[in-house]
Amino acid sequence: MQMSVSPAKLRDGIGAPKEVPPTVLEKIQSFADERRSFWIVVSLTLLFASWEMAGRIPISFAFPTFLETLSAFGEMVADGSMHKAYLITLQPLVMGVLVSALVGIGLGVAMGLSDKAEWLLAPVFIVLQAAPMAALVPLVTFVYGIGLTAKTLAVIMLALPVIVLNSYKAVRHVNPSLVDMCRSFQGSRVQQIFKIIIPDASPVLFAGLRLGIAAGFIGVMLAELLITPTGIGDLITYHRSVANYAHMYAAVASIIAVSTLTLAGLQYVETHLLRPEKRRK
Amino acid sequence: MANSALARSGSVKAASSNDAVVQVRDVCKNYGDIEALRGINLEFERGNLTTLLGPSGCGKTTLLKIIAGLVPATSGEIRVNGRAVTAPGPERAFVFQDFALMPWATVLRNIGFGLELKGVTAAERDRTARRYIEQVGLAGFEQKYPHELSGGMRQRVGIARAFAVNADVLLLDEPFSAVDEQNRRKFQEDLLRLVELEKKTFIFVTHSIEEAVYVSDRIVLLSPRPGRVSQIIDPMIDRTASPDDIRRDAVYLDVVEEIWQGLRQYAE
Repeated sequence: MQMSVSPAKLRDGIGAPKEVPPTVLEKIQSFADERRSFWIVVSLTLLFASWEMAGRIPISFAFPTFLETLSAFGEMVADGSMHKAYLITLQPLVMGVLVSALVGIGLGVAMGLSDKAEWLLAPVFIVLQAAPMAALVPLVTFVYGIGLTAKTLAVIMLALPVIVLNSYKAVRHVNPSLVDMCRSFQGSRVQQIFKIIIPDASPVLFAGLRLGIAAGFIGVMLAELLITPTGIGDLITYHRSVANYAHMYAAVASIIAVSTLTLAGLQYVETHLLRPEKRRK
Repeated sequence: MANSALARSGSVKAASSNDAVVQVRDVCKNYGDIEALRGINLEFERGNLTTLLGPSGCGKTTLLKIIAGLVPATSGEIRVNGRAVTAPGPERAFVFQDFALMPWATVLRNIGFGLELKGVTAAERDRTARRYIEQVGLAGFEQKYPHELSGGMRQRVGIARAFAVNADVLLLDEPFSAVDEQNRRKFQEDLLRLVELEKKTFIFVTHSIEEAVYVSDRIVLLSPRPGRVSQIIDPMIDRTASPDDIRRDAVYLDVVEEIWQGLRQYAE
């Protein structure tokens, strides 16, 4: 989360956090000093407030205010269209991301461990990462039609290269002294990989996963907008076509929120399972 | 010189002595065209602390890593307890200059890691680890992570980890170079206490002459490019005296001076 709030604007956010009674300024000050959540709330409040203002000016007749968007979101949750859309969108997304994560980390770690694997695979993924994938999505449609396969492939095409290349880099940057340490205590190659290399590489592995999952979200939206409108892509396309801009923005904002929450969840998993020392920093 | 009697000549006896735990025979090491070590012959006696001392680039760390089995020698062989070795083994344990602690593991797990790799049960290795935590003075820090410790404390973890696997030979690669001067002195005193307590063979690499003379039973001086044994010195210092008295002792100061005279030709 970003915390780029200038001190001068701090007053705007005073009313926002519920935990703080808005009476005593000092109390807020001390809370703001030690709590990160305060700044997250301030940051979001500023974002939504400026959105609201921009909508009220309005900057465009097609730009709804934040509150209109929020109520449209409530409406779509109430009538069930939001749930149905996510059920469809999540299928290619989850499958594509899972395949990319498993295959990507596997290939990347193999490339990090073996020069031969690197020489064989690195050029392919470097080309794939450089390629503008949106241009390739229509080609996938020619081969696999407009079904789930094509959409899953679109997700994989975007997510896989970045996960592979980051995993590879992660393994190559493992502290050689730790590997020597493991060898000096007669650790086997398997112990070396699972007890030293993967934990030491995990911060960069997870950075790659975060980028890969973000790319997977791009992939699924491209697929749903370019191949055939389904799920969230359908909601966006439909509400745009009937000029329900608040509903269209609600669909767009919801997919951004889901993506953000997924990445935050991943970070939580990383710090709690693999790198417990990061919690104490 | 008055103290010439202290120094033995550099020629090395044949491998007849039964007391030699580690024997280095005709070891050479080349990195491509660069000759790092040439014809090293050394014996390390059981229960002694031997220091490899020399200017940077003399290959002392390379030699230590060859003895550890972490770096292969280009030619020659290393014998430990009479058997030729080419890989790390349970009779040797290594202490790293940069500590080599796993940042994601607690002090307790780091110290027990050598045992963990050997498949020792958790209860057993925790018991051993706690004993050595006590010995190196880290009691109370069992559940801390390395980044929460000072440099000196981190190296205590590295030393405790090496002790915990109960190896005959401890190989220490400039273990105190990343520790500040005050802690370094305390460390040297603690090391002497541990040498006394553990009855193990220590091979110690340093570039500090004072440190070498203070802690060693024997000092091997290496000359640089390519690394060769230039001199072997037995300081013969009375270690029953207090640390401060040792540092003021005439013999101590003479040996330091003698080594400096031997090494100054390599200093720019």
